[in-house]
Amino acid sequence: MALRQTELRPLGKPVGRKEDPRLIRGKGRYVDDIMLPNMLHLCVVRSPYAHARIRRIDASAALAAPGVKLVLTGEDLAKMNLAWMPTLAGDRQMVLATDKVLFQYQEVAAVVAETRAQAEDAAQLIEVDYEPLPVVVDPFYALTPEAPILRDDKEKKSNLIFHWEAGDREETEAIFREAPVVVKQDVRFPRVHPSPLEPCGCVADYDTARSKLTFYVTSQAPHAHRTVLALVSGLPEHQIHVISPDVGGGFGNKVPVYPGYVCAIVASLKLGVPVKWIETRTENIASTHFARDYHMTAEIAAREDGKVLALRVKTVADHGAFDGAADPSKFPAGLFSIVSGSYDFKAAFVEVDGVHTNKPPGGVAYRCSFRVTEAAYLIERVMDVLAQRLKMDPAELRLRNFIRKEQFPYRSPTGWVYDSGDYEKTLRLALERIDYEELRKEQAERRARGEFMGIGISTFTEVVGAGPGHTFDILGLKMFDSAQIRVHPTGKVIARLGVRHQGQGHETTFAQIIAEELGLSVDDVLIEEGDTDTAPYGLGTYASRSTPTAGGAAALCARRIRQKARKIAAHLLEVGEDDVVWDGTAFSVQGLPGRSVTMKDVAFAAYTNVPEGLEPGLEASYYYDPPNLTFPNGAYIAVVDIDKGTGAVKVRRFLAVDDCGTVINPMIVDGQVHGGLTEGFAIAFMQDIPYDADGNCLAPNWMDYLVPTSLDTPHWETDRTVTPSPHHPIGAKGVGESPNVGSPAAFVNAVVDALSPLGVEHIDMPIYPWKVWSILRAHGVTE
Amino acid sequence: MKIAVKVNGRLYESDVEPRTLLAYYLRETLNLTGTHIGCDTTSCGACTVLLDGEPVKSCTVLAVQANGREVMTVEGLEQNGQLHPVQSAFWEAHALQCGYCTPGMLMASYALLQDNPAPTEAEIREALSGNVCRCTGYVNIVKAVQLAARQLSGEGQEALQEVEAHGASSN
Repeated sequence: MALRQTELRPLGKPVGRKEDPRLIRGKGRYVDDIMLPNMLHLCVVRSPYAHARIRRIDASAALAAPGVKLVLTGEDLAKMNLAWMPTLAGDRQMVLATDKVLFQYQEVAAVVAETRAQAEDAAQLIEVDYEPLPVVVDPFYALTPEAPILRDDKEKKSNLIFHWEAGDREETEAIFREAPVVVKQDVRFPRVHPSPLEPCGCVADYDTARSKLTFYVTSQAPHAHRTVLALVSGLPEHQIHVISPDVGGGFGNKVPVYPGYVCAIVASLKLGVPVKWIETRTENIASTHFARDYHMTAEIAAREDGKVLALRVKTVADHGAFDGAADPSKFPAGLFSIVSGSYDFKAAFVEVDGVHTNKPPGGVAYRCSFRVTEAAYLIERVMDVLAQRLKMDPAELRLRNFIRKEQFPYRSPTGWVYDSGDYEKTLRLALERIDYEELRKEQAERRARGEFMGIGISTFTEVVGAGPGHTFDILGLKMFDSAQIRVHPTGKVIARLGVRHQGQGHETTFAQIIAEELGLSVDDVLIEEGDTDTAPYGLGTYASRSTPTAGGAAALCARRIRQKARKIAAHLLEVGEDDVVWDGTAFSVQGLPGRSVTMKDVAFAAYTNVPEGLEPGLEASYYYDPPNLTFPNGAYIAVVDIDKGTGAVKVRRFLAVDDCGTVINPMIVDGQVHGGLTEGFAIAFMQDIPYDADGNCLAPNWMDYLVPTSLDTPHWETDRTVTPSPHHPIGAKGVGESPNVGSPAAFVNAVVDALSPLGVEHIDMPIYPWKVWSILRAHGVTE
Repeated sequence: MKIAVKVNGRLYESDVEPRTLLAYYLRETLNLTGTHIGCDTTSCGACTVLLDGEPVKSCTVLAVQANGREVMTVEGLEQNGQLHPVQSAFWEAHALQCGYCTPGMLMASYALLQDNPAPTEAEIREALSGNVCRCTGYVNIVKAVQLAARQLSGEGQEALQEVEAHGASSN
């Protein structure tokens, strides 16, 4: 249970959250809660076709409808040079379609009216004359010569967006030629959607008298959004004020800039009043950026004793109509080359082809670093295929191949330098806690009785915290992050950071870091994020980057304050600075424990009694560009039972042992793990966004795209090992995404393990009951 | 249409379009924005309020259907500056992250505890199964409802420690 916020030395303690008092009272302030005088409402008209030429748009009936103030089409935007906008992956995306549409639910027109209902009514009156074109749904077909070219606006007349390679092809091929054992497996990571509970939306408020745009938006990266808006709109950046208020979950969905945002801004510029756009759930799933959709083939070369030698991976990535991947621009397939995972491969070679299809753009990093979930799932799945082929225990195979503790910092065959880890310790703790040996005995007994029980292991390594500015940028913006701390005369602190939380608890955890460094309590520190007029520039919250980047900035910024505080303390204690020691809560004189001053004393003196020659005040900024990424890791074990009659899988137990380095708040870390496991569970068992041959989205709402309820969700068990990051200022690594990255493989491995007596080596996600039931029936287990 | 609705103990008289949903009436007419909207298909429960004491998804109730009836929203839980035990339990047990589902979860939990002062974990999961949370994985929400139940039944601090012990054994 939560601890009070008044304790000193709060780092590592389960301090109760500072954001909760307003949220439990219904007094959060989310974008849709913002109601401004004279505010109008915008509704987007969307294409029913996946690929069609637009012959004509007739808005006359809509314009005559009650309350309607404005209709925008692609042609209107083209006149302002706003019909297209850049994506975060360096492609461009239509804001409103001009000549053709490329996916179902694509934005075609926008209607602005006095009420939301009037805007929706009028949107029905817009007549669009479409000429349907041949549709490309299958990314493999998209790469064939007979497939129509979808992006005729691009110079390169091809559906291939990029071909990307990492690792050493020749060395890998050479090992494969000689290897005694080679396993190969096709693995699909389905198309899924982050679907935070709060959909995306905005209120654009252009003040014509001040030439200033205030833009309230569901944003995980308000500063980056401000820069993109300045570049797209031509408005001066200091005249754009982006405010990301309380955000109802993000999971990567709220990183991109969406067409509705641009339409609302244009409408507000044209009409001089605030314009609100809030998407529906259907619009959220069917038009904002999806995640994953990787078609992967992996091969492992190994010795007969299970020692892995080389890894070869080939992937076709369906990016949809526009390349909206939220990838740092030097890596078109993100950090996918982390695919060698926790294992000491001699060589690896990875190829990815990014492809256009008639589907919505993507893919965002859904609760993971860019493409790390795909990589972790693939290697953890294929390690099990190898274990099965060699008739080895999957835990034993992993223990035999782990990168050993003494090998860190470890350079992977694709060039990543892993900071720290103790994979064996983490797995052994998980095996012991779940009583692995006993479970295997029970499984043998159940198998003898014809029952299907499975145990699945995933010992993943993540790579998070983008990142070092020399390697990572988004549209050229280096991926550092920032903190600014002001200590007021009474010792109370306001700290502002360049990231933007959406439930991760930064108002508490960053207060813990700063309070720890300054000898204060969490209660003394107010954290503010999400307002570009007040917060220092930063790249935002996603990809588990906040603690590795802004968390580092917060600690170093506080230490910068402490440096100055030491000078003031020396003055107050009437000794030289070298004689002052800091014990975590106060400054005292070396060898004279009786004399001390607290940070509060120092803060007051900073404004009332500074030593001669020292600038008054007590504040600092820090822009932290980390030297490397961090590499959280974990050992997850799932235990499942399969109902022979229905194919339903019951997750009996799930244990997650995470190593995220130094823990700032164990209560929040556990909460993050619970949430990520639930999303991983949903991906493994419930979620996919399929399209029919005409490109119709078959899961555009929460009746068809399933999100887990309290009844579906298993009980989660958690534990930890702590291997601090050697380069992070407090040794922390980030944790929010580990459970979503690491868990899908544990679930699938458990189901495959249960069915392995039937010769099953792989089942693609989502593992619907009918898939399992079909396997059982094909083997005569059930009728 | 003219309606008269008692919301959180206060009577409101309004003229609404017949098609206005209760969720929008509460949010946009009465400015009670604690009630949230998260889907178009009555799937998520973020808009859960009590109508004459029964939990309803206010996105699927017309404002006119509330005419002459009593509505309770999340804003009505706190009394005289005192959080309701279900609110403090959600805080205590870290049962919320982004907070968007929280008002609906609180109302569904409140309604459950009115009917069943000592629910089992299975009963809690059943009662909250119409409310989606995308952040917490429900473990701490279940814990919070158990904690609130014990505090409401007068077990106070003792309850807190017992739930704490349960939490420790499952973590």
